[in-house]
Amino acid sequence: MISLNINDKTYQIDADRDMPLLWAIRDLVGLTGTKFGCGVAQCGACVVHLNGEAVRSCVTKVGRAEGQKVLTIEGLSEHNDHPLQLAWNEISVPQCGYCHSGQLMSAAVLLRENPNPSDEDIDHAMAGNICRCGTYPRIRKAIHMAAELQKQKETTE
Amino acid sequence: MKSTINQLITKHWAVFRLIGVMGIMLCLVSLMSLASNTGNKAEVSTATLVVKKDSVASVAAFKKVYRVLMSPRCMNCHPAGDVPLQGDDSHLHTMSPQRGLEGKGVYAMKCSNCHQPTNTPGKNTPPGNPNWHLPPANMKMVFEGRTAHQLAKQLMDPKQNGNKDMKKLIEHADDGLVLAGWNPGEGRTLPPMSHAEFKKAWLTWLSTGAYAPKK
Repeated sequence: MISLNINDKTYQIDADRDMPLLWAIRDLVGLTGTKFGCGVAQCGACVVHLNGEAVRSCVTKVGRAEGQKVLTIEGLSEHNDHPLQLAWNEISVPQCGYCHSGQLMSAAVLLRENPNPSDEDIDHAMAGNICRCGTYPRIRKAIHMAAELQKQKETTE
Repeated sequence: MKSTINQLITKHWAVFRLIGVMGIMLCLVSLMSLASNTGNKAEVSTATLVVKKDSVASVAAFKKVYRVLMSPRCMNCHPAGDVPLQGDDSHLHTMSPQRGLEGKGVYAMKCSNCHQPTNTPGKNTPPGNPNWHLPPANMKMVFEGRTAHQLAKQLMDPKQNGNKDMKKLIEHADDGLVLAGWNPGEGRTLPPMSHAEFKKAWLTWLSTGAYAPKK
């Protein structure tokens, strides 16, 4: 049995240590917000946080995540009110929506490390998340909006 | 009986004391020798490299070294720009991951987000190493575009080689990421010679004076 801490909850799973973390999250734990895209770390649909870093769960083995902290889209905020989620909703960023849990998880690392990102910073951070619907301009706009919301939230707290 | 033993001890006390002192000294010498041997082991690689200048042999050895360093397995992580190279044709890494200050990427695009501690199975999957990174921003150690002359000079300049002295240069032949070049994952060509041949050429180049080719 392998112990995984996902969204602050501990799960005991019966899995090979070489199983992709994505399979464990979706098929064994049942959290299906994280998507399978390419399976070879090329598209970013499967991004989750491992100890705060935006890893691609399709190539990250379960063994690497054992005893570490995993955060999926379901755990990004308690009430779907992370500044990024609010901005995504306000701007209606997704079209088909398939890639957007990965987009949000990557953007969350950017905003944590750089609360006031430029267009160039956004490009550097998000270049590994592909969107077949081409929602990139709205993604960029929403990240700028989320940065503002994050600042407002910090000043009111 | 007891008094006889006491008499013997008293009579030969000096001898007993001498034997005791010699025993302690022998133990100390053995311990020091052990410690000294352990220390020497770390120095073997450098101590055995006696520099005997030979510009012809040195330049010939560097030509081999250069072929390896300019192969995709080495050069791809020593790019001229801030984006690593990728593949046997050394194209810019898809997704344009950035070097970052420490050479480990930026934000959601850090090297270890895709590059695992070991190679990912299958073709066109990310090769792995626990320490995957580019040279840092303040010491880029560029190979791409360098002539053999330029690269040889650069490798011997501590201000451009990551502050490496001779000992560190020798050790670098067995660095984990250097060795990873010979374990590149499926679908990638190996450097043009074995690691053993490369290391031999590297040590020959260094031990013959590290001469730079004219071009």
